[in-house]
Amino acid sequence: MESFRSLTVTQRDQILVEQQVFDIFKTFYNLPPSSQSFMLELQRENHVEYLTKGLTGLSPSFCVLDANRPWICYWILHSIALLDEFVDPELENNTIDFLSRCQGPNGGYAGGPGQMPHLATTYAAVNSLVTLGGDKALSSINREKLYMFLRQMKDASGGFRMHDGGEIDVRACYTAISVASLLNILDDELVQNVGNYILSCQTYEGGISGEPGSEAHGGYTFCGLATMILINEVDRLDLSSLTDWVVFRQGVEGGFQGRTNKLVDGCYSFWQGGIFALLKRLNSTKEVKPIPLGDGEGSGEESPQTTTSSDAAGEEGLNGDLSLGGSHSEIGDQHNTSSQDNVIDIDHNHSKGHANVEPLFNSLALQQYILLCSQELNGGLRDKPGKSRDHYHTCYCLSGLSVCQRSWLEDEDSPPLPRAVLGPYSNLLEPIHPLYNVVLDRYRDAYEFFTKS
Amino acid sequence: MDSREDDGGEPLSRMAEWRDVTPLPQDDGPNPVVPIAYKEEFRETMDYFRAIYKADERSPRALRLTRRAIHLNPGNYTVWHFRRLVLEALNADLDEELDFLQRIANSNSKNYQLWHHRRWVVERLGANARAKELNLIKKILSIDAKNYHAWSHRQWVLQALGGWEDELDYCQQLLEEDIFNNSAWNQRYFVVTRSPYLGGLKAMRASEVRYTVEAILANPNNECPWRYLQGLYKDDIKALVNDPEISSVCLKVINTKNNYVFALKMLLDLLCHGFQPCHEFRDSVVALRTSDTDPLGPDLSMAICDILEHVDSLRASYWIWRKNKLSVAAV
Repeated sequence: MESFRSLTVTQRDQILVEQQVFDIFKTFYNLPPSSQSFMLELQRENHVEYLTKGLTGLSPSFCVLDANRPWICYWILHSIALLDEFVDPELENNTIDFLSRCQGPNGGYAGGPGQMPHLATTYAAVNSLVTLGGDKALSSINREKLYMFLRQMKDASGGFRMHDGGEIDVRACYTAISVASLLNILDDELVQNVGNYILSCQTYEGGISGEPGSEAHGGYTFCGLATMILINEVDRLDLSSLTDWVVFRQGVEGGFQGRTNKLVDGCYSFWQGGIFALLKRLNSTKEVKPIPLGDGEGSGEESPQTTTSSDAAGEEGLNGDLSLGGSHSEIGDQHNTSSQDNVIDIDHNHSKGHANVEPLFNSLALQQYILLCSQELNGGLRDKPGKSRDHYHTCYCLSGLSVCQRSWLEDEDSPPLPRAVLGPYSNLLEPIHPLYNVVLDRYRDAYEFFTKS
Repeated sequence: MDSREDDGGEPLSRMAEWRDVTPLPQDDGPNPVVPIAYKEEFRETMDYFRAIYKADERSPRALRLTRRAIHLNPGNYTVWHFRRLVLEALNADLDEELDFLQRIANSNSKNYQLWHHRRWVVERLGANARAKELNLIKKILSIDAKNYHAWSHRQWVLQALGGWEDELDYCQQLLEEDIFNNSAWNQRYFVVTRSPYLGGLKAMRASEVRYTVEAILANPNNECPWRYLQGLYKDDIKALVNDPEISSVCLKVINTKNNYVFALKMLLDLLCHGFQPCHEFRDSVVALRTSDTDPLGPDLSMAICDILEHVDSLRASYWIWRKNKLSVAAV
């Protein structure tokens, strides 16, 4: 065993995090079952309180996010929607009004009233309004002007600039294409060469980087993959090497890292975890012609496909080895399912067309990391133990949790089996549309609205 | 022109210089959401900025004002954008601008706007700025050797202004300090494939394979060199399969019976691409079997998947999926 001093920075940093995380797990496994149940509970009320408070007032230290206020709206509203809670009508109206003041006269949304429009804040504002839903919110979006803004941000390379004179990267591509798709204003002019740009960003590791040549990174990989799906060019990517890369981004802590040999971070529960939700759709609808706009009605019902080993593997995956030490049967017992029930459930689901697939990542391990390491008991979620909670991490940890809970489902709408949900079944979050990361119901309403108008 | 680091934080409303300007408050509306409890200095600075921005006043005092605003919120891209317009209009000394950026670099090393602004400045300064720039980035990387923005910027400088000559050595140095630094490996790949001085990937392949194999043997559980190795044979799978050094390093690591997940994985990938193993490979894989795994079947690839399912159990469902793809391919 090398002395601590002869370790590299990477090794040292990793060991420190592992120690903290394993301490938490060890403590957890040594608790009596009733305390364990409590630890695995999603602190819904406290999260909602933390989130709603942010909507109505932020401390002076938030001035560093003064150019990101639509983002704060989205992180909060989306989290509340995931928890299947509602914002009171007055706050809803105030949000619609506020975002209108962020909307530029020439299209797009800025980080705050009077600032220049920016693709990222446009994405956040549109997603916020879609999450709020309803005619008032959706009709407040000036689609014609927004389209012009997107055209202006388009670069000859195929990519998009974040703002007038701003940086070009894969994030900009995703925010532009996602918004255009959601609002039904995606056209050939916008799509042209985007695929080439993103393709040039897939690295030798298999993941996707922010710019050509940079390191493969979880955030950009999600953005790149989602964009390629939205523009119908996903087959141009080397999907097997992408899958292979992302599978190895899950660490012994159960959570995901953003890049090879970096530290686990709760937000990658979505950026990396969400990639599996996207891949799942690709792997299962191979025989089916992809529907434009990324999703119509229940595309998952077309070809229920399960791997033959999913039954047996299901047992092992759900009740078996979490590779994290301790006694796993305690977690299995939470759900009070017998193997008999599981077999029956699987058959039942088959016949009902509620097909199950085996997720390619370890869903329970990720849920364990989110609930035990990212969750703050008095509200909000965070990067890792030792870091402070914030709205961004709350949003993406919860989004990741939603993905995990439904990772065995072919059709994201169906209720998951209890054993797919770590902790009490009441931990269940609303399903998301993985391409846009908005709650599925709200997406459907928006789709209706923007298809008709 | 913009030399004063700090105008003392004195309220603008009390400065004679700003007497002619009516500050423009933010149009937050009567009931804003996510309202920030701005401190007075912040509110005032931004009120004056809004006024200047609306009037499109590109003057020396506007330049000073943007600096003040940047200090308060370096994430305000509108302020940075306007600062660029003012710098252009005033034909400002961009070397001084670099100095300004350097002073705020350390506390803003992960700020998109700062790096983008740097790129803009350096683009205008051209090749003369190259050495200084590469040096600055080195300094930032010496604090955080994985800073994503710093690396992207470095790649941009090399491509726009050159300076490739010492880059492979720099990667080498970083890897000596931390062989697990994936950013350094990524940069190595960047240099090896794009440097005009090195002859391209194929020309460098043999020496790079040797370097990488050494790194693997030193730390077989380090994912970086394994992926790098595969990268050296990008778009040339046949050569990967046929290179005896590749299969040989897999065998070596498997035979240590320690930290062999990546070695097994590589062997699996080779087999999937048509590698014809001699009996030694099968013997070594069989030797990994412990009493609690089932006897391995006749197919080596499937056997490897079975082992990985158990020794890399976090990824059990991935290995099962890989195994299922094998039987589909075989049909």
